[in-house]
Amino acid sequence: MSIDKDTARRVAHLARIRVASDDLEALAGELSHILGFMEQLNEVDIDGVDPMTSVTPMALPRRADVVTDGGYPDKILANAPDAREGFFAVPKVVE
Amino acid sequence: MGEMNKLTIAAARDAMRAGDMTSTELTEACIQAIEGADTLNAVVHPTFDRARAQAAAADSRLKAGDAPDLCGIPLGIKDLYCTRGVASQAASNILTGFKPEYESTITQGLWDQGAVMLGKLNMDEFAMGSSNETSIYGPVTSPWRRRDTDTRLTPGGSSGGSGAAVAADLCLAATGTDTGGSIRQPAAFTGIVGVKPTYGRCSRWGIIAFASSLDQAGPMTKDVRDAAILLKAMAGHDPKDSTSANLPVPDFEAALSGDIRGKKIGLPKEYRLEGMPGEIESLWAQGADMLRDAGAEIIDVSLPHTKYALPAYYVIAPAEASSNLARYDGVKYGLRAALDANEGITEMYEKTRAEGFGAEVQRRVMIGTYVLSAGFYDAYYNRARRVRALIKRDFETVFASGIDAILTPTTPSAAFGLGEMADQDPVKMYLNDVFTVTVNLAGLPGVSVPAGLDKDGLPLGLQLIGRPWEEADMLNSAYVLEQAVGFVSKPEKWW
Repeated sequence: MSIDKDTARRVAHLARIRVASDDLEALAGELSHILGFMEQLNEVDIDGVDPMTSVTPMALPRRADVVTDGGYPDKILANAPDAREGFFAVPKVVE
Repeated sequence: MGEMNKLTIAAARDAMRAGDMTSTELTEACIQAIEGADTLNAVVHPTFDRARAQAAAADSRLKAGDAPDLCGIPLGIKDLYCTRGVASQAASNILTGFKPEYESTITQGLWDQGAVMLGKLNMDEFAMGSSNETSIYGPVTSPWRRRDTDTRLTPGGSSGGSGAAVAADLCLAATGTDTGGSIRQPAAFTGIVGVKPTYGRCSRWGIIAFASSLDQAGPMTKDVRDAAILLKAMAGHDPKDSTSANLPVPDFEAALSGDIRGKKIGLPKEYRLEGMPGEIESLWAQGADMLRDAGAEIIDVSLPHTKYALPAYYVIAPAEASSNLARYDGVKYGLRAALDANEGITEMYEKTRAEGFGAEVQRRVMIGTYVLSAGFYDAYYNRARRVRALIKRDFETVFASGIDAILTPTTPSAAFGLGEMADQDPVKMYLNDVFTVTVNLAGLPGVSVPAGLDKDGLPLGLQLIGRPWEEADMLNSAYVLEQAVGFVSKPEKWW
């Protein structure tokens, strides 16, 4: 599977990573090369094999649906690049 | 006692309990060693004030006779572990300035048992790398050198700071994490012992996530006994990690009987790679001979899907990483890029992540995004997960046939020079993980034991892979191998 420049641009946008237009060609080449390495997986007969979903077969642990933690907004916001009046602050989202 | 920082955990524990040494003295010796080792760049956030306070508290505890194994033992902690009030940035620019308000379950347990934190250790960014060269702090230099040269070598990665710090006696032991070989490969490169436990043995809570179905924390130590001691201190059930196993933790140290008579050790033929250096091949054969001499039965086994482990891993790990790293968006913590007046939230995300993530992390996030995207999910991600099921089945078949542990080389080569892989394509770097990555995919325990020196005088490791939850048995086999090898080499101090 070869990735072209447009696909590279789309992937970068999906990943929310800015890539300069001039760098897209190189990125496409790099991604194509890595995906080429993965093509080997097509040699494997996977008929009747389910995708592995858990490393150790186990039932997901459950607990009572009650609040066990929280109540410290100051700690939650302590590392925020921009926090105001008890909230995370971000640039305007809606025009 | 001279050069206390060179002691093992077990020796220091016994000396402190006997009153022959205090944790304060031991901690000062380590601090001095760290202060003289700046050129290695292994310790990136020293916490000496905290270390001194913890050592004093440990000394009171020792005096009172209430001293768990780790009481007073100075450790280095990989930068991937969140430590309250101390920079924890996964060696990434995107977490610049981040000081967690909480402590990882594992490190909290270590402090509760009286251990001393010397500082945070260098690593590859977000644990993505095999040479410690993707770190925002710059690479770690291995204390090891090729005979009669001064070429700077990699300590391996991603837990490269941990490997270098233990090998250079900057701390008695260190914590690492292992997603594809990140404990075992640096352990092999630096001539120490590294254990990747069974998936679920150690809590992942508070450890910055890379690939959640593969990540496991583990000890990096000077010998197998220390690995047993530190693993016991790190292991245990944690309700805050939903994949943490609710199983009792054995006394791994007590299980080191040195008796492996009748054990069946498998040698997988698929690990005999074309072009593998002859010394790795003969090291492997010698290791098998040693285990045979100790009374084990050596049996050829087959793990037919081995060849597909690396490509499967390099689909699954980036897929999980792209999802885990979505949280770094410039909103909640760490870096936020400066924005122009007309830029909005999408630009904030894109600029922050472009400035915050290094090249290898960006590459893997984008690969992960691609293999999870509509139209490719089945072709790549689901196919890789089905191959993963087959790789796990290979091991289950071998263990069901009565094999107790599997012996392999840890790495396909000794440590390489810093920068030597820079011009290579990323896939070449990925080959470092060829013998270790299968263990993560199958969720098994693995240990790397130093087993010899190559022609240039650099350490080489052998890996033992155990049955799930049977770290005790695996470590006992590793202990026998360690005794038989009698590896005593240390890097000659040049730094």
